[in-house]
Amino acid sequence: MIELSELTKRYGGKTAVEGLTFAVRPGVVTGFLGPNGAGKSTTMRMILGLDRPTSGDVRIDGKRYDQLPEPLTYIGALLEARSVHPGRTAYHHLLCLAQSNGVPERRIGEVLDLVGLSGVARKRPKGFSLGMGQRLGIASALLGDPRILMFDEPVNGLDPEGIHWIRNLMKQLASDGRTVFVSSHLMSEMALTADHLVVIGQGRLLADTSMARFIEENSRPYVQVRSSDPERLRVSLADAGLRPVPQPDGGFEVEGVPAARVGEIAAANGLVLHELSRRQASLEEAFMRLTHGSVEYQAREG
Amino acid sequence: MTAPAQMPPPPPAPGYASPIPVVRTHLGHALASEWTKIKSVRSTVWTLVLMFVVTVGIGLLFAVALASDDYVGWPLLAGGFFGVMLGQLCIMTLGVLVISSEYGTGMMRTTLTACPHRGRVLLAKTVVFFSLAFVMTLVATTLTSLIHSSLLGDQDIPHYAVQDPYMEGSIENGELVATAGHWMGATVGASLYVSLLGVLGLALGALLRHSAGAITTLIGLVLLPLIAAMFMVGDSMETAREKLIEYSLLNGLASLYRLPMEGDDTATGWPLLGMLAGITVAALIGAYARLTSTDA
Ligand SMILES: Nc1ncnc2c1ncn2[C@@H]1O[C@H](COP(=O)(O)OP(=O)(O)OP(=O)(O)O)[C@@H](O)[C@H]1O
Ligand SMILES: [Mg+2]
Repeated sequence: MIELSELTKRYGGKTAVEGLTFAVRPGVVTGFLGPNGAGKSTTMRMILGLDRPTSGDVRIDGKRYDQLPEPLTYIGALLEARSVHPGRTAYHHLLCLAQSNGVPERRIGEVLDLVGLSGVARKRPKGFSLGMGQRLGIASALLGDPRILMFDEPVNGLDPEGIHWIRNLMKQLASDGRTVFVSSHLMSEMALTADHLVVIGQGRLLADTSMARFIEENSRPYVQVRSSDPERLRVSLADAGLRPVPQPDGGFEVEGVPAARVGEIAAANGLVLHELSRRQASLEEAFMRLTHGSVEYQAREG
Repeated sequence: MTAPAQMPPPPPAPGYASPIPVVRTHLGHALASEWTKIKSVRSTVWTLVLMFVVTVGIGLLFAVALASDDYVGWPLLAGGFFGVMLGQLCIMTLGVLVISSEYGTGMMRTTLTACPHRGRVLLAKTVVFFSLAFVMTLVATTLTSLIHSSLLGDQDIPHYAVQDPYMEGSIENGELVATAGHWMGATVGASLYVSLLGVLGLALGALLRHSAGAITTLIGLVLLPLIAAMFMVGDSMETAREKLIEYSLLNGLASLYRLPMEGDDTATGWPLLGMLAGITVAALIGAYARLTSTDA
């Protein structure tokens, strides 16, 4: 379990993380979401004792990171930037890590196998692709078979097969009873893997909720309907006590009604329908609504 | 939607217990790790080979040149100085890179995640690098000194040199010899000097976290006093200039080879080596302070 309390980090005058308080529990995958510059990587560096909090505290099962006697067998982390020496072979990179924590050398072969890098164990990472570098980072995180795992944007640079693999890996790790904490800026990605959700924006906590609850609250179902005569369709729907919301393409979104009922109303009024479908608001939209006020680097439209 | 207070109860997770035996880490682990690191990067190996070739090669060239001409009035092992003077650049660079390359590549974050004790990391790096640098330079300087003593021992010594206090102990029965002190200076002393400069580089690498910056600073520390002295012309600057040269780091190495550039003719270089050790320890303390107080 990772516990943050009132964690704050300022770089000079710039506040990267402010008053973060939440806990990451074992046995589930916890997604850590936020737009670019929200402070996810900064938070993760503070958990690892790499960056010093300006104020507040992080505990790992009650201990500070530097109080862990054998950190790699306790918590494994994939950091944001590739954090390897490009001139040291994958094998030797893992070997020096294993030696620093007294991890048996046989684990090196095991984790290289697991991430699919056995074939390039004796190659130097300077020739690695983005995805291979990411896999080496994941191998380092798994080396000590730790009970807590933390991944900073693990799908970065992975191909579809790799993304599928890492999703299953994270679920597997959590079902072993481990704590899995993974950051992303893609809600859709998290919806597939995470059981629990922590959302931050501009360094502040915006949500700390279970994934199921987030979906339930944010993915309202609605019916999308389009006709050759939009105006008559709107009137008929309104007459039936519904509230059609006009869309730019001439169609309407109608909430709180089954699609069949909309079809019946249209038929009763002799309207030709060009589209009638049941839809759900995407979680991505919900995420954007949630973080809207706190997006640091926003592209201007147009 | 933020409701951390009434969150669903945490799932009944017993936590994960790894089958890997848990080991309490200590300095020995950090030393093994740093040893693997230093020998698994090609540039380290090449830098050491280059140091070796330069030190012994230039030493050999000097010995051959000195042997083929009239006696120039130097103690027996003095000519080894010139090879070491250039060879030390390799060790200085290597020392800096031991730390600065980790900052440059992001490896430092991995290192400090694996071993959160900053002091232990710094100590392990220092011990491993110093030992490797010392052993390698000791072999190189000993080889150079052996070459010099075997090629130059039978030179003709002019009789006035025999009375020179500077040559005290260097001439025995008309033959050029080296005392135990000369041998110590030209081998152990010179190797300590070069390895300490390398550790100074390591400390600068940790302080500046930038390879080029730290290497430039270190070369500046070694050369600047001599360059500054060149511009101190005129009688009024005479004393200042002499002191500057006398206490310059390079004069320490020259004196270990009994070729002092300034000051006492019979200087042995060991006091200056002590000064270098002092500077190096101070820089290491500074590096430790920086490592523990700032973000990685
Ligand atoms: N070392 C640093 N010095 C100064 N500012 C920093 C430093 N590290 C991070 N920041 C700032 O802190 C803020 C949070 O950055 P951080 O990298 O934690 O965001 P993030 O959520 O990981 O973003 P992304 O999704 O782009 O990875 C940013 O505004 C960034 O500019
Ligand atoms: Mg980030």
